[in-house]
Amino acid sequence: MLLSDPRAVRGTLLTRRALALRGAAMALAGVVLLALGLSGLLVAVVNPVLVIAGLVLLYAGSDRLIWAARRRRTDLLLGLAAGWLVLLAAAALLAPVLPLGEHEDVASTILEPTYLPPFQYLDHPLGTNGYGLDMLARVIYGARASLTISLMAVSIGLVVGGAVGVVAGYYRRRVDGVIGILTNALLAVPPLILLIVLATVLDPKVRNMAIALSLLTIPTMVRLARANTIAYSQREFVLAARALGATRLRVMARELVPNVVPPMLSMAVVVISSLIVAEASLSFLGLGIQPPQPTWGNMILEAEAGDTMTQHPSILLVPGVVLFLTVFSFNLLGERAQQRWDPRGAKL
Amino acid sequence: MTTARDRFDGDGAPVLEVEDLHTRFTTPRGVVRAVDGVSLSLAPGETLGLVGESGSGKSVLGRTLMGLIAGGPTTEVTGTVRIGGQAVHELTAKQRRRLWGPEIAMVFQDPMTSLNPVRRIGVHLTDPLRLHLGLGRREARERAAELLDRVGIPEPRRRLDQYPHELSGGMRQRVMIAVALSCDPSVLVADEPTTALDVTVQKQILDLLAGIAAERRMATILISHDLGAVEGRTDRVAVMYAGRIVEKAPTKDLFAAPHHPYAEALIGSVPALSAAPHTVLRAIDGTPPDMANPPDGCRFAPRCGRAEDRCRTEPPVLAETAIDRTVACHFPVDGPAAVPVQEAAR
Repeated sequence: MLLSDPRAVRGTLLTRRALALRGAAMALAGVVLLALGLSGLLVAVVNPVLVIAGLVLLYAGSDRLIWAARRRRTDLLLGLAAGWLVLLAAAALLAPVLPLGEHEDVASTILEPTYLPPFQYLDHPLGTNGYGLDMLARVIYGARASLTISLMAVSIGLVVGGAVGVVAGYYRRRVDGVIGILTNALLAVPPLILLIVLATVLDPKVRNMAIALSLLTIPTMVRLARANTIAYSQREFVLAARALGATRLRVMARELVPNVVPPMLSMAVVVISSLIVAEASLSFLGLGIQPPQPTWGNMILEAEAGDTMTQHPSILLVPGVVLFLTVFSFNLLGERAQQRWDPRGAKL
Repeated sequence: MTTARDRFDGDGAPVLEVEDLHTRFTTPRGVVRAVDGVSLSLAPGETLGLVGESGSGKSVLGRTLMGLIAGGPTTEVTGTVRIGGQAVHELTAKQRRRLWGPEIAMVFQDPMTSLNPVRRIGVHLTDPLRLHLGLGRREARERAAELLDRVGIPEPRRRLDQYPHELSGGMRQRVMIAVALSCDPSVLVADEPTTALDVTVQKQILDLLAGIAAERRMATILISHDLGAVEGRTDRVAVMYAGRIVEKAPTKDLFAAPHHPYAEALIGSVPALSAAPHTVLRAIDGTPPDMANPPDGCRFAPRCGRAEDRCRTEPPVLAETAIDRTVACHFPVDGPAAVPVQEAAR
């Protein structure tokens, strides 16, 4: 019987060989469909369908191939998401030393061709924009701005929100009341309007953007930290620590914070994705980092001028797809992290 | 009103003295008198069993006498508690913290929740050592390993780096005992230390506690609703009912001849192994009183078979019936007529 086949791979009834064969067949079919779709031989409407079907097949096929190779199921999607984020972060970090085209100085690109389509020229892999600036370089420098701002904002939120939340949750009573009112007040202000007001008052610099966006994350973090602190401070280990002479500060720092941080970190990953979107929205409204310094938001804004979007869809699609993939990856990562470190799962 | 008789004979000054202690909580239902006029004293090396059913105020008493429950917006504590001569409830929070660990320590009910899940076993032990005894990192680790060894944990050095979830319930309770012992307290309050454990492990833990207490001449309060746990491991027993001590006696005497009807009923309700199968258990009728609204007179009267009119109107006072035995009852079981404590002391 198949069930008792010792060669079967964990998680399936198939043997390794059968699994690998199916995977290879699916991946191959996927590649063929993808090639057909991209070559543009057929009717225009069919092409996107072919591309999507090809991608799905390629994904399913590689999933099975890896499954067979490692003898156990791997979360391929999570791997791809993490891989994308690592790649993006590495590119953003190394941007100044990478052999990229010009991303900002319009004067130096006067002789460069404008609106080059992507994937056709080696020196401009993702094409150029209306000023002849290199799209790849702009996307990577945009990632620098977007990621720095979001990470700074979320870190401020974690530290400030976490500290305030733990204090509120541990002291309760009046402290909690005051902090609760402040948090609710902050949550009651429509975030976009708050950001617009702040952006008009503050200089649009990376640091100021991070501070403005952190105001969005602080109330969430306060609530999360407070709720977890209340739950954990009922546990006997807090009483046990007090019964051994621990001060309030010590109880908070050494007994409560280590328990409160894991769920906050997984929340932070999800929050990052919404911050990236918020930052892009601000830039799109022209309130964020000012061009020519690129961010994903102001790159998308470029596509809005005249009929650029219809004439040169790549101006919109390049930053759009990168933004989409990044937000998707952060969300996926955060969701998996929450599954793992959900406070409800932490019974002990 | 601590009398000379209250003291464990011949062991010098008491390490713990509780006089007329009251703990009241203000709740939406009214003022709950969880501890209502408790006096007791404990000599060095003495073990006192504190028994009573759930809700009788045992744990609140334990926490109040440690000072863990102190006066606050919704809590009122009156009376005095002296640990090593210091009145706990008159100390500042800072002074009180210095007491916890070196003077008095507590073992909690549930070892599953009394260890921090994200901190290693070693840290639980080294924290108080470094805080109170000022030991260095390495010395504290050394002491921690010795403590684990003393409470019977094999491979103590390896355990230091493990997390609580890697240990069984019995092991964790041993760790909690080691934590409580870390600063060598003169009084240990064990608040139902075996309730959450298997029966076989219960005996081991109780024997361990008794052994350590004897070896260090540490005074122990063993809070329990399990009479079996108290019998044979304590010098004296105080029976609590509805926030008050109703009978206090040397353990042997109490189990041989309880004077208070509640103590008698409590002992009578323990099933005997020698009883024939299907023997009906002797439960105590009724439920403990609502402590926000306790009955006038004797609080046990509504459930007591011996209650008469006097019991329902006039609360009985703890009175001495024999040497080192006190009981709060108008009509004690086979006891001589009660003499109020105050008069006996004179």
